[in-house]
Amino acid sequence: MGPDVAAPAPNQQPAMRGPGIAFILKKSFISAFVALILFSLMIGIRTLPSESGQLTYITRFPQLAAMVAIVFGGSIIVELLRQWWGPVDTLRIVPPQVQTGLGIARRLLAPMLLIFTFLVPVIFYDQRYILDLAILVLTYVMLGWGLNVVVGLAGLLDLGYVAFYAVGAYSYALLATTFGLGFWECLPLAGLLAACWGVMLGFPVLRLRGDYLAIVTLAFGEIIRLVIINWQSLTGGPNGISGIPRPTFFGIPLTPGENGLAAKLGIDFSPTHRIVFLFYVILALALLTNWVTIRLRRLPIGRAWEALREDEVACRALGINTTTTKLTAFATGAMFGGFAGAFFATRQGFISPESFTFQESALVLAIVVLGGMGSQLGVALSALAMIGGFELFRGFDQYRMLVFGIAMVLLMIWRPRGLIGHRAPSVFLEQSRAISSDLVKEGHG
Amino acid sequence: MSGTDILSVDRLSMRFGGIVAVNDLSFTAQRGKITALIGPNGAGKTTVFNCITGFYKPSAGSMRLAHADGAVLKLERLNDFRISKLAKVARTFQNIRLFPGMTALENLLVAQHNMLMRASGFTLLGLLGFPSWRTAERYAIDRARSWLDRIGLLDRADDAAGNLPYGDQRRLEIARAMCTEPALLCLDEPAAGLNARESAALNELLLAIRADYGTSILLIEHDMSVVMEISDHIVVLDYGMKIADGAPQAIRDDPKVIAAYLGTGDGEEITAEGVS
Repeated sequence: MGPDVAAPAPNQQPAMRGPGIAFILKKSFISAFVALILFSLMIGIRTLPSESGQLTYITRFPQLAAMVAIVFGGSIIVELLRQWWGPVDTLRIVPPQVQTGLGIARRLLAPMLLIFTFLVPVIFYDQRYILDLAILVLTYVMLGWGLNVVVGLAGLLDLGYVAFYAVGAYSYALLATTFGLGFWECLPLAGLLAACWGVMLGFPVLRLRGDYLAIVTLAFGEIIRLVIINWQSLTGGPNGISGIPRPTFFGIPLTPGENGLAAKLGIDFSPTHRIVFLFYVILALALLTNWVTIRLRRLPIGRAWEALREDEVACRALGINTTTTKLTAFATGAMFGGFAGAFFATRQGFISPESFTFQESALVLAIVVLGGMGSQLGVALSALAMIGGFELFRGFDQYRMLVFGIAMVLLMIWRPRGLIGHRAPSVFLEQSRAISSDLVKEGHG
Repeated sequence: MSGTDILSVDRLSMRFGGIVAVNDLSFTAQRGKITALIGPNGAGKTTVFNCITGFYKPSAGSMRLAHADGAVLKLERLNDFRISKLAKVARTFQNIRLFPGMTALENLLVAQHNMLMRASGFTLLGLLGFPSWRTAERYAIDRARSWLDRIGLLDRADDAAGNLPYGDQRRLEIARAMCTEPALLCLDEPAAGLNARESAALNELLLAIRADYGTSILLIEHDMSVVMEISDHIVVLDYGMKIADGAPQAIRDDPKVIAAYLGTGDGEEITAEGVS
């Protein structure tokens, strides 16, 4: 990928003969056969309600035949194109000039993105939908950054991250509705409680690795959700908790009337103020997460996390207490999850166990993996792509999931280690050189 | 300084189910000396290492580590990371275990974890950027730099450890172990896979470590050119038992040792180096 790699000589084309016609036909037949099996039910048969209300079906063999023929012809064309084009690599698709341009763009990407994010409420002030979406994206950016500490840095695969999100949300909701505490007092408490849960989860799973760790964390996420559903007297069960107080501007409520912020500032009240305020709250929380993570990576604890991901046995031989190192990773990640949960509760004003299903854990994990484990910018970009992009596909109606899935598959083929797969060293003597993703381990739990 | 034992292993046994890997082994390693542990393949050398460095809990026996200040630690009572942290025993591995995705410099900084952890106020002071932390970090980087310089890898400090050539990785692993400031350095086949020139450089490095830091070294090695040249004392194991113990010259001529090596078909190593 580097610019120092020599471009392939253009005259080597005749030297390599592609596979023969038999190979192409065989491949196309296989593709057509798979298509036949797949489409025979999807396209070949269609069910219809008859006049009497019974379900009948009609066969559509011509369409099925056409579809299979398209697949057959298509795979021949693809195979021929592949032979004509030769092996695909980055250099052939992206010329070096464009690559250096991309390099500059890459360096400017993070600052530009940050500036743009700050200006979102100004640009889209009267577009409520975009503001709501931006808040949602930022919530997931924060969750992704929080989980990144556990999965990306420490290499501990956590499938139950939503548990900490739920603990944070319910902590705030219960503290606020029961004791009348405000958002800003509850925020650290919610983070602290979530961190405690992180440690509680951490203890039993310390000895587990890889798949086993993933299963236990998954179960932990489900346990929290089931406890919330069944502990009716405390959590309200499936009905959830409603009437959660909205955040105040350091004590001044964002409401119409005498005491509201708008009246105090002498401007007209608008419900958008609260949205904009929420936007900046989550932006601040997300940036705090980012700042702390970046600082931690440069501290011994952060290096120990990464060393743990690379080789746990070597860590122990160097006198690193792997127990506390793992627990702090869990606690730190959980704390950020708790902050995000408290924010979620105050934004929604209503929470119920439905918001904390495994689906959420999977989504956040997908964001981290897609972004490139350990990369802050990658996680932010993939949260934008996953949450924002998913909304973008709304026009495709029922094909939204399909298009989204194809996009994910393509991305993983193109970038198997995530959008930003390389690792930036935490410290350098002369020059910081990115470390190729081939060398960086994924951790064994 | 010389003459005192830093490590005394007493009647150490290690059994895995019915297999006796180490049987009633007693030996001592002297302070500021290089002690070699040799023996044919499968003799139980690495098992002894794993017991000393806390990766295995021995079935029986005791291991005493005496620090220069007179403190004596019972290694069999300490577990995994405490051996390195409290007893100051560092080790390297037979198959190199660096952190391949981290740079050479980062590898050496991870080794200074416990010192840096204290200096960063267990992360809190470091997070806020206290000056005491900054000083400690600079100190750690300077130490890492001097080690990189010593092993000739200063110009590759910012390269991923996994990208370094094999011989460099071996030396980096030794430097990393030394960055924990050990009293006893345990090296598991440091010369494995090195060519003659690299082996000679390794000899120099180990002798320099002993001379400059007074670090005692315990070494497992098959390469007799390394063992005979630098060891002050050699312990020979076969089938988990000690068959000989003494100075290199005495070991070289010991008929039991020669028999053990010839018996397993590894004899040419010791005869080629030893007799000629």
